[in-house]
Amino acid sequence: MRDAPLLALKDYAITFATPDGTVQAVNGLDLSVQPGEVLAVVGESGSGKSQTFNGVFGLLARNATTSGEARLEGRNLLDLSPRELDQIRGRDMAMVFQDPMTALNPAMKIRKQLAETLTVHRGLSRREANAESLAIMKRVGIPEAERRIEQYPHQLSGGMRQRVVIAMALLCRPKLIVADEPTTALDVTIQAQILDLFRDLIAETGTALILITHDLGVVAGVADRVAVMYAGRIVESAEADALFSRPAMPYTAALMRSIPRPDQDVEAVEPIPGRPPDLIRPPTGCPFHPRCRFVEDRCRRERPPLAEVAPGRQAACWFPFIDETAGTETAPEAAHG
Amino acid sequence: MTLYAGKREALEDAFLDRDMPRGKPRSLTRDAMRRLRANKAAVVSLFVLAFIVLAAIFAPFFIPYDYETPDWSAFRAPPSLESGHYFGTDQNGRDLLARTLYGTRISLTVAIIATTVSVVVGVLYGATSGFLGGRIDQAMMRFVDVMYALPYILFVILLMVMFGRNVFLLFAAIGLLEWLTMARIVRGQTLSLKEREFIEAARASGVATFPIILRHIVPNLVGPVVIYATLTVPEIVITESFLSYLGFGVQEPLTSLGTLIAEGTDVLEVMPWLLLFPGAVLVSLLLSLAFIGDGLRDAFDPKDR
Amino acid sequence: MLRYATFRLLSTIPVLLIAITACFFILRLAPGGPFDQERALPPAVLANLRAYYHLDDTLIVQYLRYLGRLAQFDLGPSFTTKDFTVAQQIAIGLPYTLIVGGSAFLLAMVAGVISGVCGALYQNRWADYGIAGIVITGLVVPNFLVAPILQLIFGVKLDWLPVGGWGDGSLPYLIMPVIVLALPHIARISRLMRGSMIETLNANFIKTATAKGIGRRRTVIGHALRPALTPVVSYLGPAAGYLLTGSIVVEQIFGIPGIGRYFINAALNRDYGMVLGTVIFYMVLIVVLNLLVDLAYAWLDPKVRTR
Repeated sequence: MRDAPLLALKDYAITFATPDGTVQAVNGLDLSVQPGEVLAVVGESGSGKSQTFNGVFGLLARNATTSGEARLEGRNLLDLSPRELDQIRGRDMAMVFQDPMTALNPAMKIRKQLAETLTVHRGLSRREANAESLAIMKRVGIPEAERRIEQYPHQLSGGMRQRVVIAMALLCRPKLIVADEPTTALDVTIQAQILDLFRDLIAETGTALILITHDLGVVAGVADRVAVMYAGRIVESAEADALFSRPAMPYTAALMRSIPRPDQDVEAVEPIPGRPPDLIRPPTGCPFHPRCRFVEDRCRRERPPLAEVAPGRQAACWFPFIDETAGTETAPEAAHG
Repeated sequence: MTLYAGKREALEDAFLDRDMPRGKPRSLTRDAMRRLRANKAAVVSLFVLAFIVLAAIFAPFFIPYDYETPDWSAFRAPPSLESGHYFGTDQNGRDLLARTLYGTRISLTVAIIATTVSVVVGVLYGATSGFLGGRIDQAMMRFVDVMYALPYILFVILLMVMFGRNVFLLFAAIGLLEWLTMARIVRGQTLSLKEREFIEAARASGVATFPIILRHIVPNLVGPVVIYATLTVPEIVITESFLSYLGFGVQEPLTSLGTLIAEGTDVLEVMPWLLLFPGAVLVSLLLSLAFIGDGLRDAFDPKDR
Repeated sequence: MLRYATFRLLSTIPVLLIAITACFFILRLAPGGPFDQERALPPAVLANLRAYYHLDDTLIVQYLRYLGRLAQFDLGPSFTTKDFTVAQQIAIGLPYTLIVGGSAFLLAMVAGVISGVCGALYQNRWADYGIAGIVITGLVVPNFLVAPILQLIFGVKLDWLPVGGWGDGSLPYLIMPVIVLALPHIARISRLMRGSMIETLNANFIKTATAKGIGRRRTVIGHALRPALTPVVSYLGPAAGYLLTGSIVVEQIFGIPGIGRYFINAALNRDYGMVLGTVIFYMVLIVVLNLLVDLAYAWLDPKVRTR
């Protein structure tokens, strides 16, 4: 019943060679995204969520090595040369970056930055490209588009700049958009607008969207599914509603408790104790165990694989809160006495 | 009385690391020295430089010839090991090795004196400007900007033409060539140091202005000043050579590397050694100074590259 | 932009004024000048000078006359040659200096930028080390050493190029002087460009461009090059100054009849008028060139342009 996934990462790993040692940024990741799906990838900084997709797009630093598979419509992107990759990125898949001020070329007019995608990928003439760029500026809701398109990035507000970046991603009608923290650099009010924009565009174009964020609030309104990352691995994956109502493993629960929610007291916010793991010398067993409330002996010795705990839900934990495979659904307290 | 003094001591101890103002922060220097030692080019250059300097100072005592007495038996002689003229002789039969060593001595002396002048003027100007701040600082820096825009060397030549070619004028003129950059750097450092907490603390507890400058600011300036002084020396050597080459610098009977090179250029076709040896010494000197200067800068401020 | 331009223009005036005034006083104070009775100048020249300098007027009037004359490009008589004024000698030498200097400037820019970009793109590979070697040579070895060595190799031993002189002004006569003059600046620009390019290539907007799939060449040339050029353009102002002072030596060595040669001769012959006049000329030229570079720089920066 499931279509072939649009993007499939299998056993995907990224290491960085540094003077202090080899950093295991992403470690055996399995992930898939269906066409038209909105997946949120959530995690703290250092969890590897951005690097995963930098690697898919061929944007990693020189000292990085990738392994495993990253297949877009069946084609392993990791095998491609940069030139071959150029034909795919910007066209079949596009990326929206975090800080629109630095993501845009400050010395180039907006029009030129938009149009070049079209001339390169779709062979449009200068005039056609300009026309279509203008159209898409209007589509993403930039007022006075004719005037704005002739301006430079520093003349636009933060929200407008982000819209431009989104427009740039949409130009070639890609099948997949990866948005890396698209709202983090923006005001709260603008954040909401941008998310609405995303929602509209997805609905209209049927593009799949991967939303990388550390902000669960962003996730709630837009995502179909959520994947939680920790120490370079996926530790939980579920439909958004299910995840929010009932996290399946301790880290997710802790993450949700560490973020203030409007319906909660501020006092209820609990930061996660401890520090993110050292990626050069990761802890044995489950990478979260030093900080986990429910840690048991097995957690220290063996690493839990990402396994199915319920239909459509996966978790990497030896003692998940939900375990419908064994027929038992356990409450956290009951499982750990 | 005692209470007040006690409080001051207590504050100073709390806020100021007593060790720090005495010299450069210890860990920083040790780190830098470690990095410098790892820099092979800089280490080799240190040896080369030391060799040249020691040779210039002591070697003339070991050579049978001196820099101005002609050897009547060997005019225009190419370098040879048997004749004892290792670098050859010039048109007047003077031994080139001796002349080169002597010229190096002169060039180095001028360089050191001029660099000292440059450093002293630059540091004083920059520190004062930075410390006083405000309008005075602006005015002083504007002056520096103006001076920057003008071709200094031409002024130097002008002055030399007008006021004769005495050696002291040469030192002063060349020294004043590079103080501008030093002043700017020192001023920048002073400005940023001024804002640091330990200065505020010292002020707050009543330490007077001059001791502040002496104990807290100056020691922290040593790093950048040393680096840029090292980078200044090659500039000065080149300027002195340039002036001597044109005929404005060191005058007969003194000689410098620049003069030797000028003399060598005239007869390049027939007596190439007259150019090549002093030239090689000059290049070695400049290269090693450049590597050492770069090495020092990288050592103290690794993110610069 | 216009505001910046006017501001910049106005701020050069005090600079020039200070410098010119300083020159005036230097002239008055110099021992052995026309104002020094002990110095024996040929009577014809002396008469010329006395008439010209109106020594009986007060200082202020002399100063104003001096300024007025400068405004009309009159730099005074030469103390040693009674037939040509300073301005005339400069005018004669100027085209040669401009050709050599201008070519060196262009060469420095082009060669410097290209080698710098290559160094950045092929970081730590053979090409980078090779370029770095040339850069060090250019930076460390003074032009008065490079020149005779090149003359020896290419002019005498290989006999490919004329050793010196202007000849008919054709390319073979120009190659060596221009290269010698440009070399230290090729080196500096190359180093600046390399560093700047490496830094720019790490910027976020380059990541965006790469992610757009527009290709390496377009990214480097279309997106990275312009911002990376900023430090190089900043250097062009001072470079013009160094080129002028460097040309003095180069003209001397290669026997090119430019202003530099006149300057040296005048200096060695203690022709104050000529020396002073040339210094003033060089100074004005440098300040003007710096101004032009600053304006070009401002124009290139969209933040300033759209103000």
